[in-house]
Amino acid sequence: MSVQTPIYLDNNSTTRVDPRVVEAMLPYFTEVYGNAASRSHPFGWSAEDAVENARNQVARVFGADPKEIIFTSGATESNNLAIKGIAEMYADKGDHIITAVTEHKAVLDACKHLEKDGKKVTYLEVKPDGMIDLEELRNAITDKTILVSIMTANNEIGVVQPMAEIGKICREKGVLLHSDAVQAYGKIPMDVNAMNIDLASITAHKIYGPKGIGVLYVRRRNPRVRLTAQMDGGGHERGFRSGTLNVPGIVGFGKAAELMQQEMEDESKRLTTLRERMLTGLKDAIDEAYVNGSLEHRLPGNLNVSFNYVEGESLLMGLKDVALSSGSACTSASLEPSYVLKALGVGDELAHSSLRFGLGRFTTEEEVDYVVRRVIHEVSRLREMSPLWELAQEGVDLATVKWNAGSH
Amino acid sequence: MPYSDKVIDHYENPRNVGSFDKNDPEVGTGIVGAPECGDVMKLQLKINAQGVIEDAKFKTFGCGSAIASSSLATEMVKGRTLEEAMQIKNTEIVQELALPPVKIHCSVLAEDAIKAAIQDYQQKQGAKLLQNADVSATETVVA
Repeated sequence: MSVQTPIYLDNNSTTRVDPRVVEAMLPYFTEVYGNAASRSHPFGWSAEDAVENARNQVARVFGADPKEIIFTSGATESNNLAIKGIAEMYADKGDHIITAVTEHKAVLDACKHLEKDGKKVTYLEVKPDGMIDLEELRNAITDKTILVSIMTANNEIGVVQPMAEIGKICREKGVLLHSDAVQAYGKIPMDVNAMNIDLASITAHKIYGPKGIGVLYVRRRNPRVRLTAQMDGGGHERGFRSGTLNVPGIVGFGKAAELMQQEMEDESKRLTTLRERMLTGLKDAIDEAYVNGSLEHRLPGNLNVSFNYVEGESLLMGLKDVALSSGSACTSASLEPSYVLKALGVGDELAHSSLRFGLGRFTTEEEVDYVVRRVIHEVSRLREMSPLWELAQEGVDLATVKWNAGSH
Repeated sequence: MPYSDKVIDHYENPRNVGSFDKNDPEVGTGIVGAPECGDVMKLQLKINAQGVIEDAKFKTFGCGSAIASSSLATEMVKGRTLEEAMQIKNTEIVQELALPPVKIHCSVLAEDAIKAAIQDYQQKQGAKLLQNADVSATETVVA
């Protein structure tokens, strides 16, 4: 059995573009290179046809109407456009937004920006499994609330929120619902109508499409959602997002979306099996390995595990032939571990000990087995080097130790 | 995150990993850092009657730079007197390992660990002296 290294297990960060997607995109660089907004010649018409076809492909995956698909540069832009655009458009109606502490930075920082402008934001806490409390959400909604923004699935822990229930509450209360659906789109069944989602941010590069192309879904009926554009220009995309359309990117997004839809059922099963294989392999050999976030309500390809007494960054350094990410932020000046893990109530030391495994379309069983072996080896080696492991073996309860953090 | 070759070398082949008996009067133990900060270093020094560090061992929970800093610290202290070891500055570790600015705290921690271990040793020695003084005092009274 041989595997090619380095192994890519960081699919929650980004994905390899599927060769079928690349193939679909290629003619749109050198053959069909017209501006989709050019109405006066066939170059423009062909480009527009390709864009409309992709709009269909993207919309179909989550039950949207193609007219509700607004192309952007990516999910960060989509999140900004949704949150700031709604806050501005509905300023007369209210000034309150509700989101959760485990959201992506693009949502949290857009909300913080609005707070500086005098808007009010409620950041819902999450339960230890990463799920929001629906009653807490219901109670947080006031007559000033204009928007609830809750991600469908989390980027670090893969936890999937009950969007249908959240949508039901928002609809009852007459509040718009936005969801950062970047991680969930195409990977688990989603329906914007059944879930009463009014706005959703998605991006191509998490679904084996190209980087630099995203979508904001904006509901057109029941209710018709309005937005203030955040960029002035030619009034493309129903006036919501000006800028010449990235035709090859859009074609790639469409193809990637189509493939996700076709393969979702089988791929979801395959990834869940691989993930279970990985978790079993790790837990059988390593004591005190803890899964962060709900395993039940989770994306098929995501696994986030803390290996107690071992620091995540050093573990990554040992696993140099595997591409992974860690919840430990020793690389940043702040030294703060992942805010998502902290929000679950995971202690700082366990947050520092976490690895995120992101399995994807191109991940094989051999790769999973190889990574499991490597992780077991490195965790054992680093524990032998860990004073915390030694203390724990001596029966010392680390919570009772008074640490001398010194001058650092 | 690019690591220098020296950091990688110490991380992959750490020098002097292990522990001495912390109750040994010849051993000074320094534990610095905190798990919630992402690094804890334990440095132990074995010191002879002449006040020279004969051997050193470490265990570290922390990033590669923290492991490398403590591994290097064990090499630096060996053969030095306590006074000389007290003079070791974190900047020497920074230079030797070519640590980037965000990792300077690792070297600071290693310097703190050396000082904490020496302090622990001196306290033990001080306690021993006191104990001996007590014993002789008692003996005097008895005599």
